Amino acid sequence: MIKLTLLRKLLMALTGLFLCLFLVIHLLGNLQLFLPKEIAQEQFNAYSQALSGNLFIKVVAIGLYVSILAHAIYAVVITIYNRKSGGKYAVDERKVASPWYSRSMGLLGTVIFVFIVIHFQNFWYYYKFTDMPLDPWGRKDLYSAVVNLFGNVWYVVIYVVSMVAMGYHLLHGVASALRTLGVYHQKYVRVVNVAGVVYSVVISAGFAIIPIYVYLVQHQERLLTLLQLK
Amino acid sequence: MKLKLNIWRQESTTAKGAFKTYTLENLEKDMSFLEMLDVLNEQLVTKGERPVVFDHDCREGICGTCGVMINGRAHGPIGGITTCQLHLRSFNDGDEITVEPFRAKAFPVIKDLKIDRSAFDRIIASGGYISASTGSAPEANSILITHDVAESAFDSAACIGCGACVATCKNGSAALFTAAKISHLAKLPQGRAEARIRVVKMVEQMDKEGFGHCTNTEACQVECPMGVSVLNIAQMNWEYNKALLLGA
Repeated sequence: MIKLTLLRKLLMALTGLFLCLFLVIHLLGNLQLFLPKEIAQEQFNAYSQALSGNLFIKVVAIGLYVSILAHAIYAVVITIYNRKSGGKYAVDERKVASPWYSRSMGLLGTVIFVFIVIHFQNFWYYYKFTDMPLDPWGRKDLYSAVVNLFGNVWYVVIYVVSMVAMGYHLLHGVASALRTLGVYHQKYVRVVNVAGVVYSVVISAGFAIIPIYVYLVQHQERLLTLLQLK
Repeated sequence: MKLKLNIWRQESTTAKGAFKTYTLENLEKDMSFLEMLDVLNEQLVTKGERPVVFDHDCREGICGTCGVMINGRAHGPIGGITTCQLHLRSFNDGDEITVEPFRAKAFPVIKDLKIDRSAFDRIIASGGYISASTGSAPEANSILITHDVAESAFDSAACIGCGACVATCKNGSAALFTAAKISHLAKLPQGRAEARIRVVKMVEQMDKEGFGHCTNTEACQVECPMGVSVLNIAQMNWEYNKALLLGA
């Protein structure tokens, strides 16, 4: 167990930034879901098969699992320690001095963690450990599993809410991680802060739009009738 | 003007404290907050009660001795000042004001509003100095330092160690204080030589004192009376990471 506060923060920063890198790759893969079904089904399933069979990806995946767990475990360790070291006031207006999401990383992180558990169950466990149906090309049909889930409005809501939580988590997290690494020159800090905001918005909005898009495409007939456009 | 004060009273570090309410009348709006406490104490002494203990020294906003939580904010509702620079004109007639000591695990209450900030002294003693004897002030041009670097080092050195950063941090972290000392010295050629060993020692002492982790909420710089920037914390991290990679 790491004892020094700065080392614990360094661990949070490095695992967090690794997860940020992973999010970019994951989002790029997900963009295939915007393709029309005829192309997307074959391409997405081939992509999934290629990834899950690749040795390099398997090694990176272990790093990913370790990062998620270490990030979550140390978040709890740090939070418990900070609760004890920080002061409590009868009248407390300290919140005016900092943004709410910077003070709520634990709450936002918990939402994300719960989402990750659901997400792993829905796709990772389903893909790796069950006899799921195959597509016409003989590959595991992950595409249909995704499209089916995204057809459920409640699942889409949970997904989008989780992505909003992730957006705010990243908004604080990216800048905070880079500060922990020691970016202190004013010029670079400004660049890094802007890049952090752009990254957070693009990544979380990118992930959130996909289930909404898939839902709308699936239900377009019904929705158009509802809106009396057809 | 008339004010109702809820003031934290505590006999000793181990005693259980509680709020006590006092009402003061005929106050001048141009009195400083500490002068108002003086008025209160005068009345308490006249009545034969124990006066409220609070820290204060220069009353010019430069020593960092005074410092209390006023209505839930360090040094009161106005940013960038110490408690002695706060005046009653910042409040309204008839206001209720809650006054508490700065609170953190590493800042135990000594009595009433007075706290023990010697943890800060021990952090400085652990490495906030240059070990070579420097003699009297050297000739200004013998070591050339650019204007920007000198100004930046001075901005870090402006920290008066009041503890508002710790009090306002939800984690009770002393990162801003410790970082200000570390980067003040790291920015200047005289301090550079021992930069790595210094950061390791001071950070270790900061942890030993029981201060929390910095989670970069940046509340500390908002409440700092001297406007010390959180970029000092970034520089502390930079120096620390460098010491980790290259050795202290």
